Amino acid sequence: MIQKLYTSLKKQPIWLILLGMAVLSSILVPDFFAFGNFKNVLVQSAVDGMLALGMTFLMINGYFDLSVGTVMGFTAALAIGLQPYGLFVAIVVALLAGALIGAINGFFVAKAKINAFIVTLGSFIGVRGLIYIYTKEQALVGEVMDFGMFGASDFLGLPTLFIIMFVLMLIAEFVLRKTPHGRHTYAIGGNIEAAENSGIPVDRTIWTNFIICGLTAAVGGVLLASRLNAATPTLGWPDKNLMTIAVVVLGGTSLAGGYGNITRTLGGLFTFGVLYNILNLLGVQSYYNTLITGIVLILVVYIDSHIRKNRLSIG
Amino acid sequence: MQQAEAVADQAVKRTPLKKRITVAAEKHGLIIAFFIVVAFFSIASENFLSYKNVMLVLRQVSVLGTIAIGMTIVITVGHFDLSVGSLVSLTAVVVISMHDVVGPIPAILITVVVGLISGAFIGYLVGYLKLNSLIITLGMLVGLQAIVLIYTGGKYTRIVAPDETWFGVIGRGFVFGIPIPVIILGVLLFVFSIILLKTVFGRQVFAVGGNPTASQFSGISDRKIIFLAFVISGILTSIAGIIMGSRLMAAQNYLGQGYEFQVIAGVILGGVSLTGGEGNVFKAFIGILIIGILKNGFLLLGFPYYFQWVAQWVIVVGVVWLDVATKRGKVLG
Repeated sequence: MIQKLYTSLKKQPIWLILLGMAVLSSILVPDFFAFGNFKNVLVQSAVDGMLALGMTFLMINGYFDLSVGTVMGFTAALAIGLQPYGLFVAIVVALLAGALIGAINGFFVAKAKINAFIVTLGSFIGVRGLIYIYTKEQALVGEVMDFGMFGASDFLGLPTLFIIMFVLMLIAEFVLRKTPHGRHTYAIGGNIEAAENSGIPVDRTIWTNFIICGLTAAVGGVLLASRLNAATPTLGWPDKNLMTIAVVVLGGTSLAGGYGNITRTLGGLFTFGVLYNILNLLGVQSYYNTLITGIVLILVVYIDSHIRKNRLSIG
Repeated sequence: MQQAEAVADQAVKRTPLKKRITVAAEKHGLIIAFFIVVAFFSIASENFLSYKNVMLVLRQVSVLGTIAIGMTIVITVGHFDLSVGSLVSLTAVVVISMHDVVGPIPAILITVVVGLISGAFIGYLVGYLKLNSLIITLGMLVGLQAIVLIYTGGKYTRIVAPDETWFGVIGRGFVFGIPIPVIILGVLLFVFSIILLKTVFGRQVFAVGGNPTASQFSGISDRKIIFLAFVISGILTSIAGIIMGSRLMAAQNYLGQGYEFQVIAGVILGGVSLTGGEGNVFKAFIGILIIGILKNGFLLLGFPYYFQWVAQWVIVVGVVWLDVATKRGKVLG
């Protein structure tokens, strides 16, 4: 048991980093070690976690999606703005919109074989245009009070939004580890030609993962809308997608594809959550948070390339 | 000699029409697209081709065009620079705030050095440490934007006495009826196309982008070339920031936000290959011009400002798809 724990910690050093950070800040930062504060971190991680979940699928597959932040903003606006037609309709349309944008991205990458960077950079900007067209540059406020109450509610003593994200992560980890789709995703990310030659439906798998990424970003948007019970056109702009990639890479999922899992992403998510929480408690200006995201991202890419080199030299 | 020409002539005649159209579309597609866009807007809006509006468009694209030269070189060596938008914000803020402290010329020099440092930093990480340029420059995009906000404290920066300095001439002045930013861009386009086509450095840029392994074996230091490409991009972006600052005589913190996409979109429209090894600064400029015309034209037609973002999405993906499809001869891969 202890041996097993040791090897998995060695494989996923992010959890040790997280533990070290938590211990240090419990000693050094007043108010950090309080249950209320932990709940804060969890609530804030719920939305980011949903974005990171879909991104993990896509990054294991060897791609990434620059549009998740704007998709989140767009779907949050839909989930609030369509409430006059009923809450159910609003949520379903928001989720479908996210899946549709994912499907459009996936079509151009998997079927038309266009560089994923261009495709998702395009939808990053284009969906932002859709947000502004839909909201007419206005902030939207929710009509259904229950929706906002839901976002602020607890379930079994933990924030409901976090529970939703956590359950979806469990399902996602199961899909990645135990289903054909998951195994195909790893195979394609590891070596796309080998995967193609061994008869794996490459195009369909890539397309599906783009849809998953769009859909989870939409879930993130709905959760965010429920937390705020409002939506502004600038939600998720400009650095949400960047942060999402940073979370996944920090967790230890490889930028090059073929390697990683949801547990790692969860570790990366908590590490970022704790980091921002500490900065917040210490009263650091939010500008510095952004700067730190940038620096952490560059550091993480540096570490990632080192790990990859070492893995190659061992293997 | 004459015989050979006759044979060549016949070969041209024998090529089937469909093939000839594809070849023509591939060769002159950009120019055709440019004239279609111009024709469309001149019919749709009577003000479009007026002297005032043409000069307005040219002045607007001169900033993007200046950045696009650097971006063309960076993409030609096989990388991306997503930090240019934030660097425009930073350099504009620096040149404006320094102007009142040290005067125009030192302020311009300091600003160029800022661009150089940023480019050298990225160039070191990407060229020498071999890190993923996309993620690194994405990190720089947020990092530099944060530095802008920390530097200004979120406040609007402006020159206190804009009438008492010549600094505004760079962005606002005219020579023979042509805006000075357009002249600057013209000179830069000319200089860099000579550098790319006629110098050893230029040929090395294409070699490294076309085939990094082969160029390494032939003794070209790809590290140095990649490093220099990012340095050039940083310096040119700082010049764009100076032009912007001089035009507005003030700088807002998010001035350059979204520029990276417009520049990359234009450069891609200009046929610069995303896999590296192929690029032409003049064609890139025409791509930028198309983006600028779309922005201007939609506004003239009364569409809201943000409509152009959706249009850019559709057009960029459409054009890249067309390009990819003609190259492989199939719509889907």
